[in-house]
Amino acid sequence: MKLEYEKLFEQEVEALIEEIHTQYGYDFSGYARASVYRRIKRFLGQKHLQSVDALREKLFSDSFFFENFLQEVTVNVTEMFRDATFFLSLRENVLPLLSTYPFIKIWDAGCSTGEELFSLAILLEEEGLLGRTKIYATDINQKVLLQAKEGIFSASNMAAYTSAYYAAGGKREFSSYYTSNYGSVKFSSHLVKNVVFYPHNLATDSSFNEFHLIICRNVLIYFNRQLQDRVLRLFDESLVSLGYLGLGKKETLIMSSISGNYVAVDKNNRIYRKTN
Amino acid sequence: MEAGLKLVVMGGSWGGIKASLAVLEGLPADFSIPILLVLHRLRNQEGSLQELFDKKLRLRVLEVEDKEPLLPGHVYLAPSNYHVLIERDHTCSLDDSELENYSRPAIDVTFTSAADVFAENTVGVLLSGASRDGSSGLSYIFDNGGIAIAQDPAEAEVAVMPQAAVDRVPGCKVMNVARIKEFLLSLHEH
Repeated sequence: MKLEYEKLFEQEVEALIEEIHTQYGYDFSGYARASVYRRIKRFLGQKHLQSVDALREKLFSDSFFFENFLQEVTVNVTEMFRDATFFLSLRENVLPLLSTYPFIKIWDAGCSTGEELFSLAILLEEEGLLGRTKIYATDINQKVLLQAKEGIFSASNMAAYTSAYYAAGGKREFSSYYTSNYGSVKFSSHLVKNVVFYPHNLATDSSFNEFHLIICRNVLIYFNRQLQDRVLRLFDESLVSLGYLGLGKKETLIMSSISGNYVAVDKNNRIYRKTN
Repeated sequence: MEAGLKLVVMGGSWGGIKASLAVLEGLPADFSIPILLVLHRLRNQEGSLQELFDKKLRLRVLEVEDKEPLLPGHVYLAPSNYHVLIERDHTCSLDDSELENYSRPAIDVTFTSAADVFAENTVGVLLSGASRDGSSGLSYIFDNGGIAIAQDPAEAEVAVMPQAAVDRVPGCKVMNVARIKEFLLSLHEH
């Protein structure tokens, strides 16, 4: 694609973003553009659509198609125990302090298809905290929440997940958490017995509870600085005093307006603690 | 010198560490063009590459953080397990979507994104590697008026990657690492 086409494409996408906001209420204006453009191009290719106009027509005549678009444009690639050191650090540096609370509340923001959620639940189970923890698992996308609830993942990734689990300090046989069946595995539903799943849009929705720990990994990278700041302020409002915030490996709150209220508990693994 | 801020994007896989070090070692600490380097790495590998490059180069070496601004005098390394995209305001966005060409980071992703923003001010350099990733991105850079350079396949530790570039982009400059270094130095503005 030559750059003249690229410029035109970008203008059309900008108009489309506005229309999506008015028609469907999803606000993508604060999303990092380079990624949005790339995702939309990819989606056009997948659906054999020739232009943004053709996409617009389908999006506004078919809400099922829109759901599909939403799922593809927001990135839902995830894995269990991604960056094992993050989970090891949670286990060693955060969970012992959370265990001093009689009842623990955790928000897994942008939980996608649930790989991170099940990793977290396994950690809590092994540290004896699962029974008195309530996890709020939210995502912009209703469809992935249904998948997350099921806890069914492809068996092809299990070798990698198993070694990541042990690298994260896993204490049992990893296979004791799931049953295998026809190329997929289903994780034990007791792991998510205390999990509430519901749709929440970080770009537009507000704080809905108070938490001891918020985990939001590799979600902020898809937002521009302004939206990142909005979301971090939302997390700040939603954390108890001395609560913890875990971000993705390359995400930081240093440049944000809330940075003064936080200290790094584990700088490399981007785990922060609220100071007031 | 043409007006407008330039960007050098450089990619490699097998043999790419050695080749990129050989090119970058010759550049001064105040080199006027930011350099973004995408090397295929083992997934989830820790950032020791940054230390290695930082020790050997006069330029400042950083592993890309999300929304990192691209500045002269710096080499930015694509982190393991993320694609690096470039925004209109010359900051980097990270992206953890699907692998491309079996890779994340993928060279094609960064090269294409660089050309979208820096257009004819993009310099793409594809070095030694055992994958075909990068040639489509290099072609996109060339088609949009940027400069496309492939390491001479005869010199490369593994010729697959630069050879794919030569085949795909007949107009690209084919150079050994010493010539690539000289060429980059000729773009340096004091």
